[in-house]
Amino acid sequence: MNDVTASETVHEQKAHGSADQGHTEGQQHPISIYLWIWALLFVFSTFSYLVDYFQLHGMLRWSLIILFMLVKAGFIVAIFMHMRWERLALKFAILIPPLALLILIGLMAIEGEHTFITRWAAFVR
Amino acid sequence: MAQDASIAGQPTAAEGLDGVVADWSGDKQAFPVPWGKAMMWIFLLSDTFIFTCFLTSYMNVRISTTATWPDPSKVFALDIAGHDIPLLLIAIMTMVLITSSGTMAMAVNYGYRRDRAKTTALMLATAALGASFVSMQAFEWHKLIVHEGVRPWGNPMGAPQFGSAFFMITGFHGLHVSAGVVYLSVVARRVWTGFYDRKGTYETVEVTGLYWHFVDLVWVFIFAFFYLW
Repeated sequence: MNDVTASETVHEQKAHGSADQGHTEGQQHPISIYLWIWALLFVFSTFSYLVDYFQLHGMLRWSLIILFMLVKAGFIVAIFMHMRWERLALKFAILIPPLALLILIGLMAIEGEHTFITRWAAFVR
Repeated sequence: MAQDASIAGQPTAAEGLDGVVADWSGDKQAFPVPWGKAMMWIFLLSDTFIFTCFLTSYMNVRISTTATWPDPSKVFALDIAGHDIPLLLIAIMTMVLITSSGTMAMAVNYGYRRDRAKTTALMLATAALGASFVSMQAFEWHKLIVHEGVRPWGNPMGAPQFGSAFFMITGFHGLHVSAGVVYLSVVARRVWTGFYDRKGTYETVEVTGLYWHFVDLVWVFIFAFFYLW
């Protein structure tokens, strides 16, 4: 409830401010969008906390954790870091290279399983 | 600012894939943004690789260990009035960092509107929230080291790799937050003294914001993979 009223007041201030000065420099978006994203980040953080609180297990737990994580990360990068409004050339330059990390993660997961099996075979058996 | 004039003068009409080709081809600057912003993005890209390497090594040791991994839900529980609330402190830290990201986003906005007072206030609020985050982290480290006996080479609860992964990842993140608090304070002071009015642009506030949001972004991943997994 607070968020809605707060966003409205800030919105009014914004209207006054832009009427006085009329700057069109850099990334300018209504304050309300930040307050919305802020509220959504709270909601999704609470969701992921509840996943732990209710002690969900197995695939349900992992898929929910990853889902909430990716949604939050997407909001932060797209809105707070303004990536949504950047040109495609910059989006590509920043967002494509990290995909290489998925290969690293995949390889290290395989390597970890292998190490586990050799340890298990050597020490636990 | 000669650089800014040349950036503003560039034709950036083409959109989508044609825009990518247009931006990369010809004798022109590829990214039509202030250089500080492009460089901050590239720094953050390199930081992404560093943090992913940490998280990947954590994944690797957690998969490969034959000892049981300590249950983070229990390790990081906080005792409130006789009840163990799981991950309470971590949840509060998460909310504090998200709130600081919200205040930072608004500071960037007010900066571009040349509202010095609000920009300074919001940036100092962001820095204060960041400082409180680091304080809570110090409390958490103290609890783990002194009361739970967690060390980088072992702990009473299970796999010895738990301590090294925890101290490495949260320590490096905490270092980023601490550096961010200093960075924010310096830029906030410059906003207050009118430095960016004389410079003619408030883009530094946005660049600072990029760094701060990235710190929040990294925490999202640490929260998911270290504390909830």
